[in-house]
Amino acid sequence: MVSRFIKFFKKLFRIFETRNHFKLGFYGPPNSGKTTLANRISKDWLGKPIGAVSKIPHETRQVVFSEEEIEIENDGKKLKFKLVDTPGITTKIDYENFLKYGLKGKEARKRAKEATKGVIESIKWLDDMDLVVIVLDSTQNPYTQVNITIIGNLVARDIPVLIVANKIDLKSSNLKRVEGAFPEYGVAGISAKKGKNMEKFYDDLFRLSKGKKIKKKRKKEIKEFVKEVEPLKEKLKNKKRSKTKKRKTKKSE
Amino acid sequence: MAKKKIRRLKNLTLQFVTFAELEGLSSYKKVKKLLDMVEEKKILIIQAKLSPEEESDLIEETMKKIGKAKKFKGIELAVFSPTMKKASGFSKFKKRLADLIGGERDVLTIIGPASIIKEIKKDPTKMQLLLKT
Repeated sequence: MVSRFIKFFKKLFRIFETRNHFKLGFYGPPNSGKTTLANRISKDWLGKPIGAVSKIPHETRQVVFSEEEIEIENDGKKLKFKLVDTPGITTKIDYENFLKYGLKGKEARKRAKEATKGVIESIKWLDDMDLVVIVLDSTQNPYTQVNITIIGNLVARDIPVLIVANKIDLKSSNLKRVEGAFPEYGVAGISAKKGKNMEKFYDDLFRLSKGKKIKKKRKKEIKEFVKEVEPLKEKLKNKKRSKTKKRKTKKSE
Repeated sequence: MAKKKIRRLKNLTLQFVTFAELEGLSSYKKVKKLLDMVEEKKILIIQAKLSPEEESDLIEETMKKIGKAKKFKGIELAVFSPTMKKASGFSKFKKRLADLIGGERDVLTIIGPASIIKEIKKDPTKMQLLLKT
């Protein structure tokens, strides 16, 4: 009964809390620069990074949160959020690939095992995001099924998406190819490592956070909440009725 | 004249999975059936498209399988659907109606073991399956 009440009040609190602070998730394939971008934002506004970066794929193998909420300002408007950096999503993991980066057998196997768990964790966290930034490596082919799967899952959950084409400072980068692959989404071309074009990224983030989809999500939450409250209301009414009945019978006796 | 060496792939199986074979199965059973076939080192050409949720379930189950089976290294996955960008409004409407009535049947999904498939190269006009030799 107590746990039910706690759940009830948690939901109530979630609905009425101000929606200008939320969980901002970073999703994408391995080595696309999710942690580098999360670090850039964290350094810009908190003055410290949130995770380690490496050339070896699957450096982030657990979901990482920023310790504090980040508050950013743009044109006098404020936006509060918690950064959520997730492990890269992929359909294959071979420990032998890590050997090429100089890891030893045991170390490589351990990394592969942790990486598989990380992918599962990333997918499970999709439900809890309020807004997602999909970080793609603009030097790579964007037409991969993993990218489409991530976007499809976010659309199905009504979560707003911002696509970031990272590493535009590199010669082999092809921003137009990324834009062509996802014409119905806004694509921000940036270099998280060099801090290039971050203003455009923050502008897009603000625009998206005020988008209709968040309002839609909130409406959905309210509907769900009302649905859950209805049976509780009836239960309370029934209790009251039975109490008044009991009183009346006592009085008549 | 020196003979050119030709490398041959042994025991490569391509299996066509029809829309009817998957129709009516729950998401869990669908994913399990496909993964079991891929584990037998078959490349599946499926006459259907998985939903985004089913695709993420497939990735999750693949990751669990990598942890359990020693030789299983994962899967390669790609969906190829005809682009309707240049089609007229009426053609688009006709396609949508047909998809609604009979499901999306002009879509192909390819799933294969990562130990055999090196890469699936895809762009809006073509898809190439590159195998490991």
